[in-house]
Amino acid sequence: MGADTEEYEHYEAVVVGCGPGGAAAAARLADHGVETLVLERGVEAGSKNVSGGLIYAEESAPYTIDDLFPDFREAAAERPITDYYIHNIAGNKVKTYDLTDLHEHDTDWCDAVLRRPMDSWLEERVHEKTSETGGGVLTDVRVNGLLRENGEIVGVTCDELDPITADLIVAADGVNSELARDAGLMDWEEPDEWFQGVKAVVDMDADAIDDRFSIDADEGVAHLFSGDLFEDVRGGGFLYTNEDSLSIGTVFHLDSLVEQRAEPHQLLDSLLTHPLLAQWLRDEYDEREYSAKLVPDSKKVAHREPYRDRLVLVGDAGGQMQAQGPIIKGMNHAVTAGALAADAFVVSQGNADPESAGRRYTKMLEDSGTMKKLRPRRYDLARTVGERDRVTQVVDTVLESRVGGVAVGNPVASRLLERAYNSPFLVSMLPDTATGYVTLPSVIGEEHGRSIHWESEVEPPSLEERIGDLTYDTDVGNPHIRLRDESFEASGAAVYACPVSAEDFGGGCYRAETVKTNGGEETLVSLDTQPCVECGTCAIVADTEWEHPRGGKGVEFREG
Amino acid sequence: MRSIALMKGVPDFSEGAVSFDEDGHLERGKTPTVMNPNDAFALEAALQTRVRHGGHVSGMCMGPPSYTSVLEEAMESVYADDSYLLSDREFAASDTWATAITLCSAIEKYQEEVADVDLVFAGFKTADGETGHTGPQTCWGLEWPIVTHVLALDIDPDERVLRAKRLVEGDVDEIETVEAPLPCMVVADPEFSPTYRKAAHRLTHKRLRAETEARATEHDEHLTTWDHEDLNLDPDYIGLDGSPTIVSSVDPIPKAPSEREATMIDADDGAGLEAVLDEMAAFAGGD
Ligand SMILES: Cc1cc2nc3c(=O)[nH]c(=O)nc-3n(C[C@H](O)[C@H](O)[C@H](O)COP(=O)(O)OP(=O)(O)OC[C@H]3O[C@@H](n4cnc5c(N)ncnc54)[C@H](O)[C@@H]3O)c2cc1C
Ligand code: SF4
Repeated sequence: MGADTEEYEHYEAVVVGCGPGGAAAAARLADHGVETLVLERGVEAGSKNVSGGLIYAEESAPYTIDDLFPDFREAAAERPITDYYIHNIAGNKVKTYDLTDLHEHDTDWCDAVLRRPMDSWLEERVHEKTSETGGGVLTDVRVNGLLRENGEIVGVTCDELDPITADLIVAADGVNSELARDAGLMDWEEPDEWFQGVKAVVDMDADAIDDRFSIDADEGVAHLFSGDLFEDVRGGGFLYTNEDSLSIGTVFHLDSLVEQRAEPHQLLDSLLTHPLLAQWLRDEYDEREYSAKLVPDSKKVAHREPYRDRLVLVGDAGGQMQAQGPIIKGMNHAVTAGALAADAFVVSQGNADPESAGRRYTKMLEDSGTMKKLRPRRYDLARTVGERDRVTQVVDTVLESRVGGVAVGNPVASRLLERAYNSPFLVSMLPDTATGYVTLPSVIGEEHGRSIHWESEVEPPSLEERIGDLTYDTDVGNPHIRLRDESFEASGAAVYACPVSAEDFGGGCYRAETVKTNGGEETLVSLDTQPCVECGTCAIVADTEWEHPRGGKGVEFREG
Repeated sequence: MRSIALMKGVPDFSEGAVSFDEDGHLERGKTPTVMNPNDAFALEAALQTRVRHGGHVSGMCMGPPSYTSVLEEAMESVYADDSYLLSDREFAASDTWATAITLCSAIEKYQEEVADVDLVFAGFKTADGETGHTGPQTCWGLEWPIVTHVLALDIDPDERVLRAKRLVEGDVDEIETVEAPLPCMVVADPEFSPTYRKAAHRLTHKRLRAETEARATEHDEHLTTWDHEDLNLDPDYIGLDGSPTIVSSVDPIPKAPSEREATMIDADDGAGLEAVLDEMAAFAGGD
């Protein structure tokens, strides 16, 4: 677009997205006196966002969220997490390890959060700060692309506003970042580079939580679940205590979901109805919200040079989401990256080279040790071995054999395993095979576990009810996703992997229909974006033209 | 830019709020007053001008003291800076002519004592009178140009002109673009929709909203009331005495006669339902 950019509105910095990454970048920019405009597509920040969510303040991080927003924990977080367990499950047998050591490694504090209240609180603080330097936060505005002049990125284009130029553009627009894609920095092609998270927020009295989890009002607990309860799909489940609700969800490797043709909502239900959860959920199950979102796997996609021209990528947009074994760290890294990008811009202000901020930001990510966490070298080393099918097969065969069972099953092994799980070094090496997620935990469960005799009385809502309970402002006649190829080969995976679609469900986004063609039958895929929760899955697993809905449209999460 | 937004209170005709007596006459006392719905479009136009060009907006309304609530509502929605209520027993029962004289005098007084006015915004027809005269008559009194049926508005403060897209009603509706010098009166069409395509405008809009929310909580401090003496008006030429319009009679719309009687049947009442089916069979052509 060789446009005349003179006439456009100009800000020193434009930040796209007001999640933790965007909020941190904007707050830090404003602290430096930079005129900063924040554009957020939701009706309010947080209305589009989902996380598990435990937000970590790492001791080694250059910035934590309470450095930038001092009242954060008091005003925007739920409970601090004081206990941390992982349950290895084989059928009804469960072996529980205390993972508090792993959890506390390099951790100053860790709080459970719900994203709507958290992000909307951040939005207000960011607006106050950025207003003081001539900018502010605008919601209901979707940035739809990059503005270029002579091939160089100089600003953004929006659905709702005229183009805007800026000296710094921060893409903090989360997973499936349209800006990162437009800049050619990220592609959306390989399912094995992503996880899919699905979550239910379950209503529960604060007193009932204290009582059933044996904690005080100012304490919280995290439970993780792995083993055979998700059949062979690689991934696990989590349960975190909020002030008066629980966040219960699953995170799976997207390629594994696709391979197994698993239905995400059913996997979530397997967790919700497992007898282990009956002790906490009892018989009155009241689901406040069902939600889903993709998560990038930083080990594979964290961009090593996340910038182009004046554009820098921050947080999920740059793939900076670390799965440290079972511990998921995305929000904290988004905060760090946002603040570093702001600092980098300020020190390189006045430099004629438009890429100087981006280069410096890259160096700061490296020097602060952030990039090493996101892309651990030992993972790259382990990966070349661990992912070789043959090696995995051998390990799995041994584990599943009597010998393996006995080996893992002796009491010394159990202690060693608990220690191994607590080693940040070892868990970050876990290969992405079924061994770590399914085989080992189920062998542990089988060999060491105690049988659980509770009966679950939980009846999760149907997919139809879950969709019915969500709030949508549908952009009628203007679907944000279009199917490019409706053949089952190209797009059929979405019928299963879409968290609001299912094979035999007519009310979801994706449906497969068998149609008669001359001479034979063909299965075609059709799409209705009305129930879409904007998780991003079909952008990767189906052949689509994929965009977010325009500002304020689409799903509106109340919990997140 | 200095603007005055004219507005009127009307009975709340919405379902459940409106109250009629036995003869079907509107009970004004029992029906709450709300802002004339069409005035909302005028206010949107005034707000858009204020957001894009800065300045000051005053809300102005003629009516009994209870109409303060309308001005307060306007302050919240148009983010008006202050309010002017023209209120006096002598103004009662004014027709459009007498109302226009009163408004005109108030705007002139405003120009003399408060500030020069660039724009006056008025709504399109009121929900209770439906004449659509008051705006044009006021403007005639001021000897200003008027642009009606405005769909979109753009102002050039340097050239002191406004450009408007307006709807021309006819066999086929057309849209024409007109230019007029300031000061000018603008009557917004119900199709008027404000546009804010600049981030700076949306930020201003957001700031004004926050400021106005605070201001509206102490509305009385921003309210000026003028009576006929303030406006130097002769009681013979305003109110009922100054109104040449004669309403010969008002025909209440008769209640639709109902000839049918309703019979209630319980869903569990088998015999009753059977009777219903029998009744229906004739219409269904069954037996
Ligand atoms: C089920 C699940 C569990 C998770 N658990 C955890 C956990 O326990 N701990 C943890 O740290 N992380 C967790 N994560 C990951 C974490 O949520 C993300 O890493 C984090 O939110 C990234 O922050 P961000 O600021 O980069 O992006 P986001 O939080 O996604 O924010 C992006 C913002 O940009 C806006 N936006 C997007 N596109 C546009 C556009 N075009 N124009 C304008 N605005 C736009 C969005 O509305 C949104 O507000 C989890 C994720 C999932 C899905
Ligand atoms: S349609 Fe695509 S983006 Fe929407 S919920 Fe389904 S998989 Fe996610």
